Amino acid sequence: MGAPLRGRPLSAPRAQAARLGWRPRPPRLLPWAPALTLGVLIGPVLAGLAGAAAPAFGWFPPLGGDTVTLAPFRALLAWPGFAASLRATLVSAALSTALSLALALLIVAAWGGTRGFRLIERALSPLLSTPHAAAAFGLAFLIAPSGWAARALSPWATGWTTAPDVLLIGDPWALSLAAGLVTKEVPFLLLMILAALPQADAARGALLARALGYGRVWGWLKVVLPRVYPQIRLPVYAVLAYSASTVDMAVILGPTAPPPLAVQITLWTRDPDLSMRFVAAAGAMLLLAVTLGLLGAWRLGELAAARLGRAWVEGGGRGRRADGALRAAAGAAAALTSGAVFAGLAGLAVWSVAGLWTFPDFWPRSFRLDAWARAAPGLGAAAGETALIGVVAVLVALALTLGCLEAEHRHQLGRPRRSLWLLYLPLVVPNVAFLTGLQTLALAAGLDGGRWAVAAAHVVFVTPYVFLSLADPWRAWDARAGLAAAALGAGPDRVLWAVRLPMLLRPVLTAAAVGFAVSVGQYLPTLLIGAGRVATLTTEAVTLASGGDRRLIGVYALTQAAAACVGFALALAIPAVAFRDRRGLRG
Amino acid sequence: MRLAVLAAAATLAAPAFASPDPADWPAVLAEARGQTVYWHAWGGSPEVNDYIAWVGREMAARHGVRVEHVKVADISETVSRVLAEKGAGRETGGAVDLMWINGENFAAMKRNDLLFGPWAEATPNWALVDVEGVPGVRFDFTVPTEGLESPWGKAQIVFFHDAARMPEPPRSMIALLATAEANPGRFAYPAPPDFTGTTFLKQALLELVEDAAPLFGPAEEADFAGTTAPLWAFLDALHPHLWRRGAAWPASGPQLRSMMADGEIDLAFSFNPNEAALAIATGLLPDTVRAYVFDGGSIGNVHFVAIPFNASAKAGAMATADFLLSPEAQARKADPAVWGDGPVIAVDALPPEDRALFDAIDFGVGALGPADLGPALPEPHPSWVRLLEAEWARRYGAGR
Repeated sequence: MGAPLRGRPLSAPRAQAARLGWRPRPPRLLPWAPALTLGVLIGPVLAGLAGAAAPAFGWFPPLGGDTVTLAPFRALLAWPGFAASLRATLVSAALSTALSLALALLIVAAWGGTRGFRLIERALSPLLSTPHAAAAFGLAFLIAPSGWAARALSPWATGWTTAPDVLLIGDPWALSLAAGLVTKEVPFLLLMILAALPQADAARGALLARALGYGRVWGWLKVVLPRVYPQIRLPVYAVLAYSASTVDMAVILGPTAPPPLAVQITLWTRDPDLSMRFVAAAGAMLLLAVTLGLLGAWRLGELAAARLGRAWVEGGGRGRRADGALRAAAGAAAALTSGAVFAGLAGLAVWSVAGLWTFPDFWPRSFRLDAWARAAPGLGAAAGETALIGVVAVLVALALTLGCLEAEHRHQLGRPRRSLWLLYLPLVVPNVAFLTGLQTLALAAGLDGGRWAVAAAHVVFVTPYVFLSLADPWRAWDARAGLAAAALGAGPDRVLWAVRLPMLLRPVLTAAAVGFAVSVGQYLPTLLIGAGRVATLTTEAVTLASGGDRRLIGVYALTQAAAACVGFALALAIPAVAFRDRRGLRG
Repeated sequence: MRLAVLAAAATLAAPAFASPDPADWPAVLAEARGQTVYWHAWGGSPEVNDYIAWVGREMAARHGVRVEHVKVADISETVSRVLAEKGAGRETGGAVDLMWINGENFAAMKRNDLLFGPWAEATPNWALVDVEGVPGVRFDFTVPTEGLESPWGKAQIVFFHDAARMPEPPRSMIALLATAEANPGRFAYPAPPDFTGTTFLKQALLELVEDAAPLFGPAEEADFAGTTAPLWAFLDALHPHLWRRGAAWPASGPQLRSMMADGEIDLAFSFNPNEAALAIATGLLPDTVRAYVFDGGSIGNVHFVAIPFNASAKAGAMATADFLLSPEAQARKADPAVWGDGPVIAVDALPPEDRALFDAIDFGVGALGPADLGPALPEPHPSWVRLLEAEWARRYGAGR
């Protein structure tokens, strides 16, 4: 390794030391990165889980629970709404995940690489930035019998002067909740697929398939999908687990009597009758089991689909006739899912400046700015706090993730996925199952009540998403580039900084943006670890939303979306600027 | 019970109980100066938030106390917080100094020794409290407060209707049933355990039972099935005529107001007598909406502030609670343009210059003044709530 090839000129003392044949050996921290990351993520989750498992079995001395008993589980099963609640959870989670995945794949298969697809890509950032609750609220305002769609047609076409009494939002089978989840999960899965595509050599695969006479959609599904799916498998699992445990969408779109399991658990943790905390803990354990069951069932479905899919691929059908219909369907799906979110955001924007706005008026009768004026002083502070916490959490998460991935690469830590799947524990374990326990841990350690404690808690939730977004592109990186660099004399560090990171800048920034959006959206961890004293855009939004004033809901939802959107915009803009003269790196 | 509280308090850090002593008020104020009081209070109402901000400014100017409003979506989050602190062994230096509370949450915190005190009946302004006229100031949902919480305001269930769509609103539960039958799908109440929904059940129960006496004692000692039978018969008859035929439910009280503006319902109710007036003034409801009360009276209750057992700024919290009872603070709060929350002090017994503050309040169109509210029915014992909610879930909350 010749000195001229080293990246930085050596400082005088170090250069002298090098001439003398002595090289400073930095402590080898990298091999410890996976263990450190696992500790940072798993520790809090396991401690939190233990904190929830104990009361589930009757153990919580502050409330007089000092015997181990199955009574909380018996009370849970005896709850009259149990079956219907479980059904709502299962239906909304399984349906929304399957539908989201199918639509996202169809959209990429049908439109990937076309000019129309640019439009979809550009729409992703605002779609991903819209908080789940805001998307749900917007959708509800669109499709409710008194919503915007009905107002557009009333009373001139429908004759309605008051809203018709039709059950759309909050149906017992949770179909409207599933629809709401789809509008948010399709963009997320699209982003994950897009990040995976370059490493799956998708463009050449699709070209080859079409040269062999396959239709666009059939060719993509038969040639590219088998290489892409293993890379997006974990994001799909995360979607499934999230859908099963979502509270913020379910309280707006889900059924009410009984609500889905996650909402009911939240209600129990809020019950003034403190003995219901035991039932809530039992419910959280059950929700964890339900989530694991769903994931297991999904895995079995994958195996079945792989078997059937192989036969389908080997069948050799070219599917050229199907292209037109499938492309139209994919286009409609993209337009509908994104249109629902954008129209919902527009509805929120109008609400934020609305005066009196009653059914069936399409526009408010008057406009006023007092919601913005009232919120303005608090907004700045909350936005600053949100940004600070988000940036710190994302930087830590990126450092941990890159440390893990690079350690795995350099030290050949065996089959990496075996232990590192544990990183996804915070995504799979429902929030309600471990956050209370985590709060107790933070309290016992005296680590709560401040901004930095909140940022540390966010790291637990942000890191899995950063890892999720980055791991597969990172692992799929063509190592020959590194080999070439090493042959030219670059050491592992130089390969990392000068070759690998620049080549992977786009997925790294995408991962950071996803992580930032996750941090922006955190409510319970911010509340519980911050003792309520750390006011972010999301905590302000949730407390104000409890008063039901749609103008304030609009103000905060838009601000939240804007905050998250800045991250995505940067993730798109930086590679475009940095690689303006390197087409292959712009991805 | 009181002995238990005292014993529990005594076994904790002794100085935390001995001081501050509200009997030595100058010492309390001296200790309060420079403290920061983290006041956990529901943050869903911009009007209430503004009022609390005003309290903060006044406390800073008068007593050098910094008041930080910790906005919560539901005060049970704060109860959980105090409980978690107890579980983690944090006996002093707690994160919560003052909390807005009443009813079941108070009963639960009192039962589990999570409150500091007694202190509330030893503050200077306690002398102004209308103990005779508002029995609820010492009995929170029938549970004796025993100085563990200081009254702040009083609320009462009022109904509101859109006169343009429903000119003749019902004035009793029986009339409500007839109205619902004649106007199917135009009335809704939030699903219990939302407290507005549960209050609807209690209001109906109080009107429908033959003998209300058992409701003011522990439910376990009463014939629950027999006492509540008329309520379930009433609800069985009502539900087919509710919004969505009872297949979907509003999630909260504030949602009722949005539903009325959306033309989904014509009749709603609220725990804030001036919610409708405030909503009309801010353009959330059309000016055809009118508030009124049932002829036989409606459930009223008092809300309080309490200090958790491990609060960090107890002196500052006490000073704040005392200021909340001052004629100036109570009169400002009663103004419908500010909040419209009823006073808990005896206004008639005030010296003329203080009484003038109340006389100057303009109750305007749509707001209900003290004279319009009619008799306030007392809340049943909190033990009824759990049983009512469980039975409601069994009958109507199991899904279809």
